[in-house]
Amino acid sequence: MRIGVVTFPGSNCDYDAYAAFRHVVGCPVDFLWHADPDLKDVDCVILPGGFSFGDYLRAGAIARFSPVMQSVIKFAGDGGLVWGICNGFQVLTEAGLLPGTLRRNAQMRFACQQVRIRVENNKTPFTRGCRPGQVLRMPIAHGEGNYYADPDVIAKLEANNQIVFRYVNSDGEPDLRSNPNGSRHNIAGIVNAQGNVLGMMPHPERAVESILGSADGLALFQSLIGVGVQAVGSETTSASPLIEKRRARV
Amino acid sequence: MVMVTGKVTVRLKEGVLDPQGQTIQRALEHMGYNGIDQVRAGKTFEIKLQAKSSEDAKSQLKEMSEKLLANPVIETFHVEVVE
Repeated sequence: MRIGVVTFPGSNCDYDAYAAFRHVVGCPVDFLWHADPDLKDVDCVILPGGFSFGDYLRAGAIARFSPVMQSVIKFAGDGGLVWGICNGFQVLTEAGLLPGTLRRNAQMRFACQQVRIRVENNKTPFTRGCRPGQVLRMPIAHGEGNYYADPDVIAKLEANNQIVFRYVNSDGEPDLRSNPNGSRHNIAGIVNAQGNVLGMMPHPERAVESILGSADGLALFQSLIGVGVQAVGSETTSASPLIEKRRARV
Repeated sequence: MVMVTGKVTVRLKEGVLDPQGQTIQRALEHMGYNGIDQVRAGKTFEIKLQAKSSEDAKSQLKEMSEKLLANPVIETFHVEVVE
């Protein structure tokens, strides 16, 4: 499996995603450039976090019309894997690859904190190594992560099992207090009906080594590249090659 | 071709929560404006363009709004040609 990470002007998690694939899980990865429609024959496209085009107009609204996105839209239509994280999720909704939109946080502030998300659907290529109901800890960092869609769209997402992640409390239950942005039904991430396009607000690429505060995000990277995943709970931190290297140095 | 100035106003749909508008409303109330019923924040775009006619300009502006300026999930827009 080969990965392509798109860089837009204003992307700031592209190198984190690159490092997670290249250095932590050890998977071939290339950067893709926003102005170049060439997807370099990758198997999965990552739309990373950040503030593409300064978040001008609406988060993701300008990026959606960049040359690379025309190829990504076609790639996704042909069944290619696309994973949008944070700003990438916003780009996916603007592009119409995922339903709904990400509104300003209801709490009137930029949310930058560690959250718990529960795996609601482990039948996707991005979560197949997770247990159903597994709770993962990873950070969020967004001002517009308040997932909104019309009630009939939300009902369809629920019925089709397209809600992949929900914000939950320490008991693993979704409630008002564990919802950091006011999203409908505590939604943290969804897939399209075909299951090949995932959008999520939390940052798994910032939770791939215990030194970062959590290595729970690894489960998603390992699912994607098909590495057998053992239970990666909050308490267990699987050692990555990078950690091994650091340990060896110490 | 004529030079036309158009104005596009983008608003949140009725019933869509507007935290920005609510925050502005609270600030206005702190300033002593107590008669405020509601504040809704929106965006205005002033666009100068070459068009065959004012009707043509309007239809171009409508298309721009549908494709880019407004997000149909939560926003509505209004197009007018000002000169």
